[in-house]
Amino acid sequence: MQFFKGLVALVCLASTFPVLNAQNVDLSNVDLGSIHGNFDMNAQYYRKDSLIGAPDVPEQVLFNGFLNLNYTRGNFRAGLRYESYQNAMLGYSPEYKGNGIPYRYAGYKIGAFDFTAGNFYEQFGNGFALRTYFEPTLGVDNSIDGFRATYSDHGITIKTLIGTMRNYFTQSEGIVRGADMNFQLNDMVKSLADNPTKIQFGGAVTSRYQEDKNPDLILPENVMVLDGRFKISRKGFSIYSEYAYKYNDPSADNGYLYGNGQALEAGVGYAQRGFGINFTAHTLVNMAYRADRNNGSQFVEEYISYVPALTKPHSYLLMSTLYPYATQLQNEMAFQVDAVYKFKRNSLLGGKYGTTVFANFSWAQGLDTTNLDPENDPTRQGYTVNMFKPSASLFSPGDSSGLWHDFNVTITHKFSKEFSLKLTYQNLYYNIDILQGKPEYRGQNIKANVAVLEGKYRVTKTQTIRAEAQILLTEQHDGDWLAFVAEYTISPHWSFSILDQYNYGNKVPEKQIHYFTTAVGYTKKASRIMLSYGRQREGLFCVGGICRVVPASNGIKLTLSSTF
Amino acid sequence: MKYTFTLLTALAFAVGLNAQTSIPDIQIQTIDFATFKTSEINNDGKPFIINFWATWCAPCKAELNAINDEWPDWEETGVKIYAVSIDNSRSVNSVQPYVYGQDWPFEVLLDVNSEFRRAMNVNNVPHVFLFDGEGNLVNQHTAYNPGDEEELLELVKKLAAGESIK
Repeated sequence: MQFFKGLVALVCLASTFPVLNAQNVDLSNVDLGSIHGNFDMNAQYYRKDSLIGAPDVPEQVLFNGFLNLNYTRGNFRAGLRYESYQNAMLGYSPEYKGNGIPYRYAGYKIGAFDFTAGNFYEQFGNGFALRTYFEPTLGVDNSIDGFRATYSDHGITIKTLIGTMRNYFTQSEGIVRGADMNFQLNDMVKSLADNPTKIQFGGAVTSRYQEDKNPDLILPENVMVLDGRFKISRKGFSIYSEYAYKYNDPSADNGYLYGNGQALEAGVGYAQRGFGINFTAHTLVNMAYRADRNNGSQFVEEYISYVPALTKPHSYLLMSTLYPYATQLQNEMAFQVDAVYKFKRNSLLGGKYGTTVFANFSWAQGLDTTNLDPENDPTRQGYTVNMFKPSASLFSPGDSSGLWHDFNVTITHKFSKEFSLKLTYQNLYYNIDILQGKPEYRGQNIKANVAVLEGKYRVTKTQTIRAEAQILLTEQHDGDWLAFVAEYTISPHWSFSILDQYNYGNKVPEKQIHYFTTAVGYTKKASRIMLSYGRQREGLFCVGGICRVVPASNGIKLTLSSTF
Repeated sequence: MKYTFTLLTALAFAVGLNAQTSIPDIQIQTIDFATFKTSEINNDGKPFIINFWATWCAPCKAELNAINDEWPDWEETGVKIYAVSIDNSRSVNSVQPYVYGQDWPFEVLLDVNSEFRRAMNVNNVPHVFLFDGEGNLVNQHTAYNPGDEEELLELVKKLAAGESIK
């Protein structure tokens, strides 16, 4: 330890050497590399508000913040992230506590090779076999701490990695190992370079080692996932598929059952000028795969695999945070169709600037499973499953067995350089019992219709007013909602907004509450400061298909972020 | 752990906080899912823009559509716009229909696991980087207020005319 301290001191001293000499030596032409980074800080002062169920926060003020520093010089790179939670804001895991440097790395690129030591993020294919990523707004960081080597040249990419996974300020008990290969045929074969048909295929293998300490069961210490995929495209047409197979992985997520896991996804798309359509479908069973088999946490912790939800991430308040979808990793069948059509400029429906229509339909359902009698199930499979048969039919979900559908259409039209309108309609079917774990609503699946009208008016070259009116109609759960948003912006620095969500249709009169928030933001180049005040409704906050529960709160929030 | 921090801090003072002038070399994908190396981003001596966006980000789409609406004014400067989508594998399949549907003239790239985004230190989208013809970063901004694109266009025009905007 003493030696290590000494070494660090020596390196620190050596690294300041150029500064000491800076007065005498002209360093303007010497490449000293560059330091860059970003930071993000959020602080909230909480007020007690028993009406909306906002809990009492003993600290009164909670704080989340991080700073990334990245150093690059030629082919060398190194960096770290300092994180601070004083204490973690509501909605984040309380495991985020105190300060630390949970992310640091050094790497070097030499020709087609690239090496990283320390923490890194990686994705194999769609993520079925492995995806590590950083999403601070969701409190997700499952970076791997270890070694990674990659090779990439002439259409061939090979990645290998090993390490443990971050779990807040500790590391996973399991060790993750993986390799991935991807072949881009057109870059590999010279004669295919200009061929309009583009072909790529690849495969991955990941494995987790974790010691078996279970006194009752004999658990597999090495659990492997195999993955294969291809993608072919030609002049706007594309077709792709990916398949993953997980060997038996008894875990807290699946009740320590020994069945294998599988995921199969396939998609086809066509796009040309002014028109695009895409269809994607998948079916999966038992695909929760974590770096610690004993972790069954409701938070997104230590996941090695990532299976994306096949639903559209909405951005309007009443469509995004009340009833969002999350992939059901134990078993799910789902599909989504996404289409865009633009009526040309100067046509009857297009007007001067064109009219665009977006349509989207997604559907998801559990799989047809049959539970096995434990006495006749010596290998602890738990159930049998038909991966190609949903547990309920497509358009008649019937009583309470349906899981999800979402049909939505948006029409946008720009009337003039100053004025544009956007109209959105959504029809939603939502199993709140399963998707939000609220058994008290069993048999009361939500059937909702939502309409949103958004208008934008440019007052001057730099000043714009934008307003949204939203309505959600449903007989179930909390009943009908209204929402209004008004925003006034002065380019390039200022934005002012007010928004109100009103649960006017709640059957309990005391719960017919207004959630009113006002905010002001100031942006200068790559820095932004935002101050908001008001009520935050309890709900699910989602980014890119991962959601976190945000509890109700009331107070003042300050956000600061910058890139340098 | 804290020694690493000391080390990096010392290093920061040693080299000075130089502005980021070169683009990190990260392997991402084109809109057709072909491999693309970000070190290849350039515009033959003319200015170019890297704009980070996502299909789920309304202000991002508003900004790029505003540029698209007035594209002839932009086109005559010779500027090239790289629109880097940070949609992950959940929504990445919606990028191509959206881009073709809107008929964008931009070079659209896919950064499905935010690797390029992290290398460029982008906190949130939209985030716009403006480079001069030599590939020097000369301006950047985060968030979008309608009208921002006109200020950006003025900067692009100056760069195209050979003026310095630093």
